Amino acid sequence: MSKERTRILVVDDEEIVRESLSGWLAKDGYTLATAQDGPTALEMLRQARWSILLVDLKMPGMDGLQVLESSKQLQPDVAVVIMTAYATVETAVEAMKAGAYDYLVKPFDPEELSLMMVKIVAQQTLVRENVLLRKVLKRDFHFRDMVSKNPAMHRMFDLAKSAAKSQSTILILGESGTGKELLARAIHAESPRQAAPFVAVSCAALTETLLESELFGHEKGAFTGALARRKGRFELAHGGTLFLDEIGDISPKLQLDLLRVLEERRLVRVGGTEPVDVDVRIIAATNRDLKKAVADGQFREDLFYRLNVIPILLPPLRDRREDVPLLIEHFLERLGVETGRRIEGVSADALAALMRHDWPGNVRELRNVLERGMVVAKDTIVQAEDLGLSAAGIRTEAFDPNLTLDEVERRHITAVLQHTGGNVTQAARTLDIDRVTLYNKIRKYGLRRGDDDGFAGG
Amino acid sequence: MAADVHIWWIGADAPDDRLMEAVRARTAAAFGIQSRLYRHPDRPHQAFDPRRGQHWSTAILRWIVARDQPGLRTLAITDADLFIPVLTFVYGEAQLGGRAAVVSTMRLALEQTGRHDTALVTDRIVKECVHELGHTFGLLHCDTPGCVMQRSVNLIEVDAKAVALCGSCEARFRALREKDGHHEQGTHPHPRG
Repeated sequence: MSKERTRILVVDDEEIVRESLSGWLAKDGYTLATAQDGPTALEMLRQARWSILLVDLKMPGMDGLQVLESSKQLQPDVAVVIMTAYATVETAVEAMKAGAYDYLVKPFDPEELSLMMVKIVAQQTLVRENVLLRKVLKRDFHFRDMVSKNPAMHRMFDLAKSAAKSQSTILILGESGTGKELLARAIHAESPRQAAPFVAVSCAALTETLLESELFGHEKGAFTGALARRKGRFELAHGGTLFLDEIGDISPKLQLDLLRVLEERRLVRVGGTEPVDVDVRIIAATNRDLKKAVADGQFREDLFYRLNVIPILLPPLRDRREDVPLLIEHFLERLGVETGRRIEGVSADALAALMRHDWPGNVRELRNVLERGMVVAKDTIVQAEDLGLSAAGIRTEAFDPNLTLDEVERRHITAVLQHTGGNVTQAARTLDIDRVTLYNKIRKYGLRRGDDDGFAGG
Repeated sequence: MAADVHIWWIGADAPDDRLMEAVRARTAAAFGIQSRLYRHPDRPHQAFDPRRGQHWSTAILRWIVARDQPGLRTLAITDADLFIPVLTFVYGEAQLGGRAAVVSTMRLALEQTGRHDTALVTDRIVKECVHELGHTFGLLHCDTPGCVMQRSVNLIEVDAKAVALCGSCEARFRALREKDGHHEQGTHPHPRG
């Protein structure tokens, strides 16, 4: 920021101070103005943008701390320097607590004032440059909500953008937590179907019967508890996009049913006889090796080819470590908005730990680790110890003798899910329970899972 | 020939004639102007603040303007320590685009090496005189390293800069001077010389 663009407002009830200070600073080329009291200063803040406020602490009526507080509400980025005639630790602490940039004891040393102004201007210039850089970053590295500067990811973004314009079925392949649903949503948002619904189904979350009813709907009386006719996800997505996640986990019977719907573009509700036409664009996703599943006879070859029209591979985070700093910034900004907590960044140690980590749970795990770090952080910078990453790259939890069995179960499930990167099938296997039981427990403990954001837990 | 700048000694002690001549000659050379030494009989006693034991530089500027020759610039040099109310001290002060400037020799003459270096002290005083006169011509502080219009808040910074204006300040000075010259001719047709 150039000096002319640095606007300084001197607020002091003494005319001599206002004149001498503004006269001294004006020779540096700053734009200067003065106010004789707090209300006048606040009015000037309402009317124009100011870079720096030099405010006298003791003024009749509204004192300097009140001006500081109100000015921060009007213009949060303004740097407020409190001037005081008496140096007391209490005053300094109070001013700094209230958000003052610094304080000066009158009369101040010219060197101190000069250096402080230079420092504030340099800092504000950096902030401005940072904002500009972020805008450039957003433009260059974003595909909707996905960020990356990795060349392979950019090629993938290009492919996804082209594919979005077509009607073809897309198969997204990638490990858990790489952002498959996020990509599917981005493709939908870029497609001509953007105004119609985007409907997501996690095929692994439901039993065969429930999934069948969920996908195709059912007629009244189709089964016990089917009290009314219900539209399935295919019908709900009519005109839009249906995202079938964890497609590799569906049963052979459903594979066949799905193949029929994809081929005929029509379905029959469970318990019904009338065919219903559906116009949906299918985006399927899996973390399994479908070719191997076909070879092993676990997945129908004809369905595989029906789905694998435009395959898009999402690389794991460990193969694009250069994205970690960019993703950190992206998530901290996002989480800041969601939680209302302002975090400026991560410390150098924390960044080193995040860069070292292997990220088996990929981007979703990174987001969860940062969310924990934000909650635990004592100030606006997330430190390495706030992240809960051990030296070996595994998250640690301390033993707590006061926990209930339910709480231990909740924490263990959360930890296992985080370890598997949110892969429920894998987690169920580790926990030696079936998938549906695990889903029930996820629901019971409120381990949120939505929009590919992963599981929130201790 | 008509003088552009009058230089007054207003200190308590007797003036150092060699210093005053150096200031006259080198300020004249720095700006390409005519400078003339003038022994003013009065002293700005009312600018003295007994509580601080210093002279208020802004009050001295007002005192100069009440006595100087309209149409001319006046640079006063004093051995008194100067201040402005918010600051502990100033080396000098000038009216930006105005006609009065004052420089104190007091802190500029402080010895740092344990031996008095007349040439170094003279250089410092000349630099600050050129600097404050620059302000009266409308020049602001400059960030170019070595330019005399750089702000100096300690002796190291004073010593680090040259007596001369940098290229861009020189160009700005010429532009301002041209504008100022037309203005002066119109307003003050009879400068004393």
